[in-house]
Amino acid sequence: MGTNKKSVMVIGGGIAGIQASLDLAEQGIEVKLIEKNACIGGRMAQLDKTFPTNDCSICILAPKLAECFRHPSIQLYTLSEVKDISGEAGNFKVKILKKARYVKEEECINCGTCIEKCPMRVDDEFDMLLRKRRAIYIDYVQGVPSIVTIDRDNCLFFTKGACRICEKVCEREAIDFEQQDEEVELNVGSIIVATGYDIFNPEYIETLGYGRFPNVVTALEFERLICASGPLGGHLLRPSDKAEPKKLAFINCVGSRDIKNNPYCSSCCCMYTTKEAMIAYEHDNELETSIFYIDLRAAGKGFRDYIERGHNEYAINYIKGKVAKILQDEANNPVIVYEDINTSKVKQIKFDLVILATSMVPKKDASKLSNILGVELDEYNFFKGGFYHPQKSSKEGIFLCGACREPMDIPNSVIDGSGAAAKAAEIVMRE
Amino acid sequence: MVDEEVKIGVFICHCGTNIGGILDVPNITEYAKTLPHVVYAADNLYTCSEVGLTQIRENIKEHNLNRVIVASCSPRTHEPLFRATCFEAGLNPYLFEMVNIRDQDSWVHMKEPERGTEKAKDLIRMGVYKAALLEPLEKIKVSIIPSALVIGGGISGMNAALNLANRGFEVNLIEKEPHLGGLIRSLNKTYPTNEDASKLLEITNLVEENKKIKVFKSAIIENIDGFVGNYKTTIVQNENLTKIESGIIIVATGASPLSPEGYYSYNGKDIISQMELEHLLKNNSVYANNVIMIQCVGCRNEERKYCSNICCMGALKNAMLIKEKNPDAHVSIIFRDIQTKGTTYEAYYRKAREKGILFIKYLPEKPPVIKKDHIQVYNEFLNHEISISYDLIVLSMPLIANDDSETLAKMLKVPLEVNGFFLEAHVKLRPVDFATDGIYVCGSAHWPADISECISQSNAAASRASTILSKDMLEVEGSTAEINEDLCVGCEACIKLCPYSAISKDEETDTVIVNKVICKGCGVCGASCPHQAITIHHFTGDQILSAIVTYGGEE
Repeated sequence: MGTNKKSVMVIGGGIAGIQASLDLAEQGIEVKLIEKNACIGGRMAQLDKTFPTNDCSICILAPKLAECFRHPSIQLYTLSEVKDISGEAGNFKVKILKKARYVKEEECINCGTCIEKCPMRVDDEFDMLLRKRRAIYIDYVQGVPSIVTIDRDNCLFFTKGACRICEKVCEREAIDFEQQDEEVELNVGSIIVATGYDIFNPEYIETLGYGRFPNVVTALEFERLICASGPLGGHLLRPSDKAEPKKLAFINCVGSRDIKNNPYCSSCCCMYTTKEAMIAYEHDNELETSIFYIDLRAAGKGFRDYIERGHNEYAINYIKGKVAKILQDEANNPVIVYEDINTSKVKQIKFDLVILATSMVPKKDASKLSNILGVELDEYNFFKGGFYHPQKSSKEGIFLCGACREPMDIPNSVIDGSGAAAKAAEIVMRE
Repeated sequence: MVDEEVKIGVFICHCGTNIGGILDVPNITEYAKTLPHVVYAADNLYTCSEVGLTQIRENIKEHNLNRVIVASCSPRTHEPLFRATCFEAGLNPYLFEMVNIRDQDSWVHMKEPERGTEKAKDLIRMGVYKAALLEPLEKIKVSIIPSALVIGGGISGMNAALNLANRGFEVNLIEKEPHLGGLIRSLNKTYPTNEDASKLLEITNLVEENKKIKVFKSAIIENIDGFVGNYKTTIVQNENLTKIESGIIIVATGASPLSPEGYYSYNGKDIISQMELEHLLKNNSVYANNVIMIQCVGCRNEERKYCSNICCMGALKNAMLIKEKNPDAHVSIIFRDIQTKGTTYEAYYRKAREKGILFIKYLPEKPPVIKKDHIQVYNEFLNHEISISYDLIVLSMPLIANDDSETLAKMLKVPLEVNGFFLEAHVKLRPVDFATDGIYVCGSAHWPADISECISQSNAAASRASTILSKDMLEVEGSTAEINEDLCVGCEACIKLCPYSAISKDEETDTVIVNKVICKGCGVCGASCPHQAITIHHFTGDQILSAIVTYGGEE
């Protein structure tokens, strides 16, 4: 046909999409990387450390972010969403909606002055709502591209018609309230979906008390609480009274392997609860931790050794059993009620802080995107890959990688990203 | 260049408030101006922004700078950018020096800004003294042979070969057995679809018929030489030697099932392995009514600590196949933790439970005991021992590293982990790369992997390999080690320590030689050489000493 476009659109700038983009770009294939947020980085940017090496997450991710931004073959579309596609493998036409940033991308140097002066405080999604950001902001300190964004829904000028302080203080005149959302048309040979996952809301399981008990938090909230760049500067304190917790409990499979919620296994929780317990222990060697689990799923490379180290060197007590409920005493201490396997008796243990390993769930807009792309979802709403060719979607020329197709950890997301890139390259490089 | 007057420009970054919010940057800038050879110093809010970069470029020209220092964040993330900027302004990129006053200063001294400011001055002064001695270096260019070598003709190797061939590259696929197919040839059906394993082996024909793939069967590797872009491998087939040239190598050699001999009174009759059961199921000759499967035989123990990843799903599959054939059969799986992560596999496990397969957890300290016609096992839930009668016991054996993986690892000069599986460059972010450029790993050679994992990984390895094969030339690091032959006594300490196997012995002169293409300039050899016979360019003894001396160290 001669219309085959040597370019690939990657939807989603988390670690899977970043890996796919970098691999393709290094092969000389043009990449259009579409990111819904203002910065790429995805979930990995929110993590404190990563198992089983306990590497600092952002430290190993940041060079890849910079590489994506600098690579001449990667064009980054942030604040952007796919609106429509047509065509077929080798020649897709795509419509992208690029939302207004209200900041001129070429002018802003992220000096921080506007952020400092902005009077509006908004819950910070990156920090799991644990602190406030301003209405003009950057997702996170190391975010790429390193430029600020105006949050239209909360900006005083957009909501009340007054303020414009950022505009006045910006020496580079980078603020542009007149900016409009724009539609961009792209022509690509193949498409890679790398949209990642959302977190299960544990409020659905009322017996666990999340949302009612201040000292019951989710694992991703815990990552932020313990992270040096998080709201507590890495000094772990429990939410109710800002006291140092000495007794932690992690509950695995919250919302996972649970037919009332998500029947599937979230793949990573056995490992990351062990990691979080290890990091907490490194901060405070007097800490006692219990992890409640159903099966310990640690089949990856070095994972068994990691669990063993957790037990031997980090004083982690692994308790097999499903937690029935969490109560709270008068001092806001969560009390876990569970059935002791050895005695078959119901037991209670009091903790200072309880962390829920909540399921990875499909993105809430997964069905919308699947309709636009014309690809199938599975029974849980993850993008449906082949049983033996997991990166293949139900449509030729569209490939899947990372947790958008099934819950998976970082190494598997990287493998998937490279794997999807290989399949997309086959399409765009064929003659 | 040698006689040219040294003119240093220092650019000090506020990094927003990261540095500027803590350290007194204007004060530091004034200080920098007083240092020897410094003809220009300025501060920027963000040196890495386009504004900052333009300022660097313009001042290189305006002040004829021949050394540039940026005092900011980490070279790990930003050195390539600043080097490129210097290059754009006509300066050799190795005349750039980075001083980290953020990660190593403002971030760690947030509560003592005055001392942090003094430390920044020290660090910058050290950078200036080092920069004055920097030498221009050239990146080394390597040509790429645009073909691949894939070692191992199982599902991983075949899939990698096909992907590369579809990308347009020539592929050499070598297999030590007389047939392609690997372990799948021994399987009856494959999970999670329970279709015939032969269906997946149809890929064999695609590989054999592909014009871009040359298949070498019954082939043994004799020798591997070379480096990224230029590997030379010698193989033997029926005493015939063939030399294969390739730009990259993919290791897809798989793993082997552990022999059940000596475990749980294995006898090959009514106590057999899962692999033997595959064979019986294939021939439709399973007649047992009471089947017990034992998981984690020979693994997750002192000798072999790891979980073999794929045995739970294998057991579930065979248990369900037996149940389907004979719904009255009693099938029990005695397990430690059921490994069925993700969506499809967990659903498969649920299906097995619905089909009436009994799951009994055992503790490693109280393993099942096999009696004449029944098995006794302690169960934690019931808190007592239970007996189950059997007429067939099936042992789930782990996959273990191949006998010859050590030999291959030595030839490739890549590492193995403690269990003998190949060790990748970075567990998190480089799962199919080796630290040595141009060599990749996929499938069970890396870690026990099932078919879908093998296919994902082999796609990934092919993608990584394509990043090399799609280029005509590759530029590699110019900052490398150099041996002073007059000082080298040939002790080989550096050869043993080099993580990239870049150093070899020159038998003629009894000294060592550095392959500059492979060398990454990490400096391990230089630091360990007892005779100071090794210079690490860009980190020479003189450069480092002058930095230390100006800090206050003694020469």
